[in-house]
Amino acid sequence: MQRRQFLRHSAALAALAAVPAAARAQVGRGARVVVVGGGFAGAACARYLRLWAPGASVTLVEAAREFVSCPMSNRVIGGTMSIRDLTRRYDGLASRHGVRVINDTVTAIDPATRQITLAGGSALPYDRLVIAPGIAFDYAALPGLNSAAAQERVPHAWKAGPQTHELRRRIGAMPQGGVFAMHIPKAPLRCPPGPYERACLVASALRRSNPTAKVLVFDANPGILAKRELFADAFANRYKGMIEYVPNAGFEAIDAASGELSFDVHGKVRADVWNVIPPQRAGELALQAGLGGGQGWCEVDFLSYESRLVPAVHVIGDAIASAPGTPKSAHMANQQAKVCAAAIAAHFAGRAVNPEPIIANTCYSFVSDKEAIHIAGVYRYDDGQRTIVAVPGAGGLSARASGEEAFMAVAWSFNILNDTLGMI
Amino acid sequence: MLRSALLTLAAVAAWMPGSAALASEDHQAVQWAAACFACHGPEGRSDGGMPSLAGQTADGMYAMLIDFRNGKRNPTVMHHHAKGYTEEQLRRIADILGRRPN
Ligand code: HEC
Repeated sequence: MQRRQFLRHSAALAALAAVPAAARAQVGRGARVVVVGGGFAGAACARYLRLWAPGASVTLVEAAREFVSCPMSNRVIGGTMSIRDLTRRYDGLASRHGVRVINDTVTAIDPATRQITLAGGSALPYDRLVIAPGIAFDYAALPGLNSAAAQERVPHAWKAGPQTHELRRRIGAMPQGGVFAMHIPKAPLRCPPGPYERACLVASALRRSNPTAKVLVFDANPGILAKRELFADAFANRYKGMIEYVPNAGFEAIDAASGELSFDVHGKVRADVWNVIPPQRAGELALQAGLGGGQGWCEVDFLSYESRLVPAVHVIGDAIASAPGTPKSAHMANQQAKVCAAAIAAHFAGRAVNPEPIIANTCYSFVSDKEAIHIAGVYRYDDGQRTIVAVPGAGGLSARASGEEAFMAVAWSFNILNDTLGMI
Repeated sequence: MLRSALLTLAAVAAWMPGSAALASEDHQAVQWAAACFACHGPEGRSDGGMPSLAGQTADGMYAMLIDFRNGKRNPTVMHHHAKGYTEEQLRRIADILGRRPN
């Protein structure tokens, strides 16, 4: 009791106060945290909560039985990686870290009584709720793609899984000299460099099996969203005559049956295989729970990731209204998860939250089957602006694509999965 | 004021070899260091590619981090990360990482 008061009175001392192991094990005792969504954000948050608030009971609710990593899934489409390499079980979180993993979906969230209801019927009470629902697709903005049948004909493959395979299969079955075309929605979207990496890896695969084929990239944005110089160089030189990049291409309608897409200014374009990445917003659950702001993303306090709208509910991962200049990426999701877990642990321990979180981002992209590039950034919380800002002088782009970075990119994908799910 | 008290305490803690780790919990640096595990693997145990940090000494890692920060060693990516931290922050991160069990 005395210790608690002492800790509460001085944040500075608290940061360095002697905390015997026994006291540390008590942090969060009796508290219940429910995490909904077991992607890079949610799973990491559940694991770090158990590390930093070992007394708390942590329940992770996830609909899928297995975790399938989106990063590297463009390599599955390009035919140089198996989706099995990107698939993990949730077992480690339960057996090694004491997270209770429930395989179910959430039907309702009631912030007034602080409980959620599962499709299976049971209710889970919480002291703190963490929502990590990822993204939802806004098909209403894509005339011609409103039906399930049309969506099946035109895969997004923007969530790793069956559609990843399907796109791979269709590219393999394209006629010689055929056309693969993709449409990129307006930002913000999950993984801003991802569409351009995909174009490169599809071209790289076609060059091996179908060298007269074409790759058309229609971008609703005014230019390449990330790693611009490096991708522009790959399109213009490495894939000269194969990739054609068209900016400012607003989607008007698609005839899924004939494979004809109409653009606002570019007329109609026919392709043998279409890949339309739909416009995005926060996952349904976040919006149903009233956590969404006007633009369809969730506004959060960047010191704790607590919702600015609903108290005791935190939102992490792609569903948040990202701080200006920061991407929606697996790396950012992992970092947000840790800041959120630390803030919840501090709250349980009666400590002040860390006033200066520092987090980083790295996105590796392949430009061919053998070479990759990266973009990195380091971000710190800025008190005055109440958001996170890039640390000047840090971060940057690869000087050029290399095999060494391809090796690091694959290593990153395994290390971040291990960190997220608590393996090795 | 709070901040300078914190820095002084951190400096003292960092200066006392070994005892800092036992006597105190630098929660802030624990959180900063956890950010590194996205690349270096859980608790710094890497599955390949990135070097493992687990098992390395705090002083050794600190020296390498300062080199990366100063543009030495010709890394693929670490210069972009090390430049995001002050020397004092890197010292505290290295102290946290250096006392993790192997
Ligand atoms: C994007 C992934 C990434 C992140 C994030 C990252 N590292 Fe690294 N680290 C690397 C790579 C890759 C190397 C090898 C040098 C290189 O190619 O940049 C490395 C090398 C190191 C080394 C040298 C180890 C040795 O034995 O040679 C240390 C120490 C280190 N990192 C510490 C850190 C710390 C501390 C952080 C967090 C503040 C961090 N790293 C964040 C990827 C990363």
